[in-house]
Amino acid sequence: MKWRVATVVESRAETATARTLVLDVPDWPGHLGGQHVDLRLTADDGYSVQRSYSLASPDRVEIAVQRVDDGEVSPYLTDVFAVGDAIELRGPVGGWFVWRPAATEPVLLVAGGSGIVPLMAMIRARRAAGSKVPFRLIYSVRTPEEIFYADELRRPDPGVDVSYVFSRKAPEGARRPVKRIGLADVTTHGWPPDFQPSCFVCGPTGFVETVADLLVAVGHDPSRVKTERFG
Amino acid sequence: MYQDGNALAGPLTEIFAVDMTSAESVCAGCGRAGAVASLRVYWHAGDAVVRCPGCEQVVFRLVRLENRLCLEVTGLRRLTFS
Ligand SMILES: Cc1cc2nc3c(=O)[nH]c(=O)nc-3n(C[C@H](O)[C@H](O)[C@H](O)COP(=O)(O)OP(=O)(O)OC[C@H]3O[C@@H](n4cnc5c(N)ncnc54)[C@H](O)[C@@H]3O)c2cc1C
Ligand SMILES: [Zn+2]
Repeated sequence: MKWRVATVVESRAETATARTLVLDVPDWPGHLGGQHVDLRLTADDGYSVQRSYSLASPDRVEIAVQRVDDGEVSPYLTDVFAVGDAIELRGPVGGWFVWRPAATEPVLLVAGGSGIVPLMAMIRARRAAGSKVPFRLIYSVRTPEEIFYADELRRPDPGVDVSYVFSRKAPEGARRPVKRIGLADVTTHGWPPDFQPSCFVCGPTGFVETVADLLVAVGHDPSRVKTERFG
Repeated sequence: MYQDGNALAGPLTEIFAVDMTSAESVCAGCGRAGAVASLRVYWHAGDAVVRCPGCEQVVFRLVRLENRLCLEVTGLRRLTFS
């Protein structure tokens, strides 16, 4: 697949440390929820780096980047890259970690941090397709301030159930103790394995390992648990 | 820390015309079968070392040498496309 030039047309803060960017890519072919793009930066001396970013929306090239303070690429994308700037892009790519609007099984989405991005694309694709398939989202974040798409998730579509796991600090009045995701979270807020849901788990590698193991331990068929590890 | 085979979706389009991450791979070491997307990917600069989550053996390696791209498949028994 060829690298193409993309231009930033919109940029907004998603949280204090994450930014949503909308890119204009001529002749974009369309994509499925869960697919991603690769972005490539090349220095004057020819040294180049590339990183993957999930597409957040079903109908445009929108990404959301979490700043990794000592990272090579993400601080540039969140703090320097601005409307009008251009970057090389390749995509859409990835045909496995995707949700197809024709699918009929219930869906469980489990996000850790920026792992929400491709899962939000699936929620938005469901809405765009008018699908009635029931979705449940378990979204783990350290603190309430780190929630991406907070307004949109506060008023979820009918048939989309949203629950949160706060691992460092919870909002006032939250009943669940502040701790990492565990067995009780996936059994309380997920689907029973008998419903044979499609499960999509995305986020930091350690988080994904934990959740995938929990889902399989409670009886989900490993072939129905799809994972994407951001590293 | 590692990523997984999803991260290779873009790079593998430089070699293959179909999406390789949804192909099922069988590990030559332990016989584990699973989507290429589910393999472990360790980056060393721009090169990817891809290991089996079952036995940790190297399944394949994607290495860039100046303007050549080399796919070394020593640990791969089979790839199935559907
Ligand atoms: C499929 C996929 C989708 C992703 N989606 C998102 C998203 O929506 N939002 C988000 O914030 N992050 C996402 N990530 C993570 C993102 O790609 C970066 O890893 C992250 O932004 C940190 O990059 P950095 O350069 O700032 O940090 P660094 O610490 O400099 O880099 C992170 C690590 O990744 C390695 N690495 C990753 N990709 C490559 C590559 N192509 N070539 C060489 N080395 C590589 C680096 O060597 C390093 O060890 C995704 C990752 C994957 C695999
Ligand atoms: Zn193996």
